[in-house]
Amino acid sequence: MATPHQPAQVPTTPQRPPRLPTATMALVAVLLIIPCAGLALVPIYSRETPRLWGWPFFYWYQMMWVLITPAMTYAAFVVIKRARSER
Amino acid sequence: MSPALAAGGGVNGVELTVVLFFFIVVTFGGFYAARWRRTESMHSLDEWGLGGRGFGTIVTWFLLGGDLYTAYTFVAVPAAMFATGAVSGFFAVPYTIVAYPIVFIFLPRLWSVAHRRGYVTPADFVRGRYGSRGLATAVALTGILATMPYIALQLVGIQAVLDTMGLGGTGNWFVKDLPLIIAFAVLAAYTYSSGLRAPALIAFVKDTLIYIVIVVAIIYVGVKIGFSDMFDSAKTKMTTPNPKTGVPPGTFITNNTTYWAYATLAFGSALALFMYPHSITAVLSSRSRNVIRRNTAFLPAYSLMLALLALLGFAAIYEVTNKKMDVFGQDHVANAQLAVPHFFQAVFPSWFAGVAFAAIAIGALVPAAIMSIAAANLFTRNIYREFIKPDATPRQEAQVSKIVSLVVKFGALLFVLGLDKQNALNMQLLGGVWILQTIVSIVAGLYTRWFHRWALLLGWAAGMLYGTIEAYRQTMPVVTTKLVDGKPVTTTNGTRHFGSSLGEFPFTHTKMYIAGTALLINVLVAVLLTLILRAIKAPDGVDETEPGDYHADATSERVVKTAEREVAGAEPRSGG
Repeated sequence: MATPHQPAQVPTTPQRPPRLPTATMALVAVLLIIPCAGLALVPIYSRETPRLWGWPFFYWYQMMWVLITPAMTYAAFVVIKRARSER
Repeated sequence: MSPALAAGGGVNGVELTVVLFFFIVVTFGGFYAARWRRTESMHSLDEWGLGGRGFGTIVTWFLLGGDLYTAYTFVAVPAAMFATGAVSGFFAVPYTIVAYPIVFIFLPRLWSVAHRRGYVTPADFVRGRYGSRGLATAVALTGILATMPYIALQLVGIQAVLDTMGLGGTGNWFVKDLPLIIAFAVLAAYTYSSGLRAPALIAFVKDTLIYIVIVVAIIYVGVKIGFSDMFDSAKTKMTTPNPKTGVPPGTFITNNTTYWAYATLAFGSALALFMYPHSITAVLSSRSRNVIRRNTAFLPAYSLMLALLALLGFAAIYEVTNKKMDVFGQDHVANAQLAVPHFFQAVFPSWFAGVAFAAIAIGALVPAAIMSIAAANLFTRNIYREFIKPDATPRQEAQVSKIVSLVVKFGALLFVLGLDKQNALNMQLLGGVWILQTIVSIVAGLYTRWFHRWALLLGWAAGMLYGTIEAYRQTMPVVTTKLVDGKPVTTTNGTRHFGSSLGEFPFTHTKMYIAGTALLINVLVAVLLTLILRAIKAPDGVDETEPGDYHADATSERVVKTAEREVAGAEPRSGG
């Protein structure tokens, strides 16, 4: 049976790029895992004190990750981009 | 504005004028969008359904923001915060944060393979990767099914705004829902003509309005109420036991009975988010892998907005405690979904409340458009072309999608009628239970062909079956609070199914998000059956993808230039 999908839009078959160095991969993994771990461990932030500007800890701790996480994913993006363009 | 007026006065002319103004602006925008960034013709799914696959970082940011942050964000999450607090509402904050580090890893691969092979839907990928019509159909049907309650949630959001403005409260069902039907008909018309370009263009208006509104609202809360007082009034409400039942109404801060519920809701929803067809549609419409990765860093700006909006649910508690507003609708029945609209009406001048309402209404229309396009694409590619007309031309595909996008919108109406609007957030969580069951086929498939197609199909079936039955078994009493002669009277009238998305984890009494438990069963079944099927050497499907497909990037100059040369015939195929 013929394949039902349209042919590829780019006629070349791109080769699989070489694997990123292990150190780079590890750094990216750490950058991405930290926010997930920080929010997965619910018991560590299930508390009301210390309050910050009237915000219970539970609420400002999670707000803090809204600000930190983008910095981490962006750093991961830059790390990968640099590693790819250096070869 | 006095509570009495909010719960039964006439139409607010100023608010209605402002909302109509913005509605007309976006309607023109929606029809004009057909011309925006247009290439040759709209008569293919790449153009109608994916906007030409050429959106850059900024358009993609607005489009995904408009797509993922919906009436769910503006109405349902604050309503859940207002009614039952942190576990059912604030989990949306960790959910919309951890989603991005997770999708950072696998979305670029999905984009690459879809770009190389011309896939429009997630089911297209599954079809090509596993060579299995059955599995692809399962993924497609799940996508369509899960999208319906999500679109229904958007309708509930629009209804909340209309009700607050004094529209549609009385008369028979037709007159009551007429404004909603008109809004949806107009939406359907420009989605039909402009495809994905319409919501992409309108998203600019929606997000600008929303950011303005939330900044003003949060300044109001900080200056006029004070965060301390707001959190204190929420704490009082959530921890004071109901005099009749002796149970507190909700959760202010999670405790050892709700840790698992909170974490599984957050992570289950995060994993499900980019399995929804509408999320994948927006991702595939972007120009390159880097656009996607960059957006995983920029999209959390919307999560900040979501968190602040969620807290408006607590601000509404403060205002209710101080008798400045209530949540009784036109029909005199208390409805938590009205918390945010009534909050804006109570504390801001009418013109600004109008801006907020316009933002909420448009914020519901944009995702409703994208969702119906995505569901339509699924039907066209994976059911129509697969089973009904295998030799369909691109023009026919686009035509079928346009019509199905209309049908899907009306299917969503059935969910509005069938499910409890009081707990609209639950609609989205129910969709999550279903859509999460496709993650094994899609995400595992991006990395490995180890799983056997039949094992994946049976794993999916097990997850769907368990999830649906477990969700059905969650019964909740139907409690209605109605104003009778100005006094609230609470009545309990039987129970209803699908009352909660939390169920006890098998063999324990720990409540968890049903989607996560169902996924666990799904993976277990898929792994065990794969081992068995591999052992008996069951026939494997044909994989049409190649390893290089998962890394292709159209914007890498080398690839494009090589492609151009080859197309021009200047260079023979060198094999890369």
